[in-house]
Amino acid sequence: MATKHSRAAARLMISPAVLLLLAWMIIPLAMTLYFSFLSYNLMSPGMERWIGFTNYQYFLTDPAFFAALTNTILLVVGVLIVTVIGGTLFALLLDQPFFGQGIVRIMVIAPFFVMPTVSALVWKNMFMNPVNGLFAHLFKALGLQPFDFLAQAPLASIIGIVSWQWLPFATLILLTALQSLDQEQLEAAEMDGAPWLSRFIHIMLPHLARAITVVILIQTIFLLSIFAEILVTTNGGPGTASTNLTYLIYMQSLLQFDVGGGSAGGVVAIILANIVAIFLMRMIGKNLEA
Amino acid sequence: MARAVSTRRKVFTTALAWGLGLAIFFPIFWTVLTSFKTEAEAIADPPLWVNFHWTLENYVTVQERSDYFRHFWNSVVISVGSTLVGLIIAVPAAWAMAFVPGKRTKDVLMWMLSTKMLPPVGVLVPLYLIFRNLGLLDTRTGLVIVLTLINLPIIIWMLYTYFKEIPVDILEAARMDGAGLRNEILYVLTPMAVPGIASTLLLNIILAWNEAFWTLNLTAAKAAPLTAFIASYSSPEGLFYAKLSAASTMAIAPILIMGWFSQKQLVRGLTFGAVK
Amino acid sequence: MTSTLRALLGACAVSALSVAAQAETITVATVNNGDMIRMQGLMDDFKAKHPDIDVEWVTLEENVLRQRVTQDIATKGGQFDVMTIGTYEVPIWGERGWLVSLDDMPAAWDADDLLPAIRGGLTMDGHLYAAPFYGESSMVMYRKDLMEKAGLEMPEAPTWDFIAKAAAAMTDKDAEVYGICLRGKAGWGENMAFLTAMANSFGARWFDMDWKPQFDTEAWKTTLDTYLDLMNNYGPPGASGNGFNENLALFQTGKCGMWIDATVAASFVTNPKDSKVADQVGFALAPDAGKGKRGNWLWAWNLGIPAGTKHEAAAKTFVEWATSKEYTELVASKEGWANVPPGTRTSLYENPEYQKAAPFAKMTLDSINAADPQNPTVDPVPYVGVQFVAIPEFQGIGTAVGQQFSAALAGQVSAEQALQSAQSLTEREMKKAGYYK
Repeated sequence: MATKHSRAAARLMISPAVLLLLAWMIIPLAMTLYFSFLSYNLMSPGMERWIGFTNYQYFLTDPAFFAALTNTILLVVGVLIVTVIGGTLFALLLDQPFFGQGIVRIMVIAPFFVMPTVSALVWKNMFMNPVNGLFAHLFKALGLQPFDFLAQAPLASIIGIVSWQWLPFATLILLTALQSLDQEQLEAAEMDGAPWLSRFIHIMLPHLARAITVVILIQTIFLLSIFAEILVTTNGGPGTASTNLTYLIYMQSLLQFDVGGGSAGGVVAIILANIVAIFLMRMIGKNLEA
Repeated sequence: MARAVSTRRKVFTTALAWGLGLAIFFPIFWTVLTSFKTEAEAIADPPLWVNFHWTLENYVTVQERSDYFRHFWNSVVISVGSTLVGLIIAVPAAWAMAFVPGKRTKDVLMWMLSTKMLPPVGVLVPLYLIFRNLGLLDTRTGLVIVLTLINLPIIIWMLYTYFKEIPVDILEAARMDGAGLRNEILYVLTPMAVPGIASTLLLNIILAWNEAFWTLNLTAAKAAPLTAFIASYSSPEGLFYAKLSAASTMAIAPILIMGWFSQKQLVRGLTFGAVK
Repeated sequence: MTSTLRALLGACAVSALSVAAQAETITVATVNNGDMIRMQGLMDDFKAKHPDIDVEWVTLEENVLRQRVTQDIATKGGQFDVMTIGTYEVPIWGERGWLVSLDDMPAAWDADDLLPAIRGGLTMDGHLYAAPFYGESSMVMYRKDLMEKAGLEMPEAPTWDFIAKAAAAMTDKDAEVYGICLRGKAGWGENMAFLTAMANSFGARWFDMDWKPQFDTEAWKTTLDTYLDLMNNYGPPGASGNGFNENLALFQTGKCGMWIDATVAASFVTNPKDSKVADQVGFALAPDAGKGKRGNWLWAWNLGIPAGTKHEAAAKTFVEWATSKEYTELVASKEGWANVPPGTRTSLYENPEYQKAAPFAKMTLDSINAADPQNPTVDPVPYVGVQFVAIPEFQGIGTAVGQQFSAALAGQVSAEQALQSAQSLTEREMKKAGYYK
């Protein structure tokens, strides 16, 4: 049905979006790329000079780089595991009939609306603080030694906080998907005496596959650049225990004002993000085809 | 045949769902509750639930210290503004991609999404320089531009997946009836697309409202939204839980209330093509 | 007089009038500490004296503030007309011509009244580049009641050995009383401020005269071992996340026996409105190890005006008001003498009313006077600064080293590993910055 005319019109309709995004991507990227070859510290203006790949060499051999890479992966994968499994279970639960469904749903989606900065502040101070936090009170009430979450298990704590924020999103998408499931098919299987687990594995899970892929894709996009939660809670520490790539680049370019080094880090992160992107797109593409 | 559910099972499900729901919601509840306590009561052990001196003092202190309403208004302008601009650009693009797909459509879409994966810190300094030269630092216009651009891929994708589910047959039928392109869009497509657009709009307002990197780094006093407001409470001065709670409540309340009231609309289009 | 000239003069007069009639708005970036928040509450006084100047505040947490203002001044972003900056930034920025010199402040402002140690730190090549708002050193704050209970008496100038002994005696973990609270949160202005000052008293230094890092020396090892020993045995849980503000909250709620930190904390911990232990706090000089140097630092928060601001005159008017003797009196009349911003002016310490209201006044002045940024430690150093090294690279290096020491405190690495990493990362950064090949 697509005529030449409508194709031209379509191209015209897409072009503003494409051009804007292209500019948004290319202009800062070109500048970043250029800066990454300079010795450029904001504190020493006028001293910029071309130093080739030195910034890359320093960034890639920085012991913090490997730690940051691992932490980034752990953070993304950790949150994905928690939210996808938790979200599926929640969706299954909320799909059952029970009293007060509307109110429970409102409570469950609430964290999604909370600013990341606020949720990090609240969790850090009012819950995880080892002296005055609620968890510390709880531990003491149970006769246990308060656990210092952000010092002893910084990355796991951050995974927890971020998962709390993203669980509602996963739950909502999975719940919507679950509700569109053909009930008759399920009931037929139930009549045939298929146990719940086999119904779940053979009917529900394949149906949810698409939704899970979507959850993974969207969340990965946001999780790769997690920043506020780390800045507020641990500042990347102790040591580099909770430094991810985004935070490492932040330290380079905005705490040390080493724009050159930070830009080199930025370029490395962009390359890595694109590798992840290609990988994800393949997976998504396969799943969303047709 | 309707699903027959025994009462016992329903009671059990109810208990479980409420228990988990309350657990998830608890941090927000606790923050709001704490905001009405005095500082000493806020850290009391064992924690106080009802029997404390309910006070609005923290809200007064916070408002005196930082003008809440100005930050609030900036947040509203920036998030709604960037969403509307984003929709104006995204609706035609998504419409074209969904109804006149070319060979490259999928690649373009994927490329758009991949721009969202770039780490913002990496390009802050270049962007700061550009904004300085254009006089956009600390302006709401500047923030609307940035937030439009960072959320555009998500808007386009969400709309695209929604539009794609509109059956093409309907269009064909309308065309057979001799409806022009204008009428086609106005009477056939629009009603079908509205729920998707509404839900995209809501999601995008939430994302823009909560964006904390660009909004903090590109503003000073005039255009600073609530994310900057909360940034001045991020480290304690003496006892501060109650004040932090009050500031937090003020920062999240508007979007939380909006989200709750519009959750049906939000959920309806929030499928990203995940439902077939 | 030619008509052209007259017209020109007329135009000038008109434009001067229109400037005066229209309120000018200046933007002030500041840190979210108690004194600065208090100033925002006293703006009515400024407004009454200068109705033609409106002040917009941007209040940020210390690290965010530092990042924002440095980024803005280095890129000439022009978002702020007055910046709250530390003694670390002033000499570096002044040298680069980024700050407006304050040599022409009016006589009534009385630059000669500023404490010499503080003023010296803000002067570069004979020009004053920022006005100090408050100054601080560090000292020991302790609980008299707990000290008595432990059967000890705090000398006016304690040693580290005594501190360790007292910390052990005061600790009662079941009652949530920890013998000592020290900074552990990573950051050059957080744990490294304390540790660098402490290291000075053990005779350690950051760099030798060839800019070679010195973390492989015995002096640093003793410093870190002593610190870890104190904190692991007698410190509060979660210490690796505690900065000034967290420790203040702990001390105010009665959970610390001793706390070695900024002298400005004295007015907070003795204020009965916020502090549960207000009437039980004693003060002593920062400890030493018999090497002739004490572990106290020197710091001031200052107001500086970025060069190139469009509102230089208004900004100066504001800075003059905020750092004047009259402002001190204003705070005293509203909040009492104990709450005035300390540590900047000689006249304050000569004021009998202040001496009466602030039991910590003498100790603060002695501590400030005891700090010597030019000769911070036992051996000679190529840098200026007591608890920092005034080179642009220091923020990054200091924070990275701070992370290592914070990790050692959290028990994730050993003291030796932390020192080794500190040594190699500092060497790396100095090499990259071109101090040597």
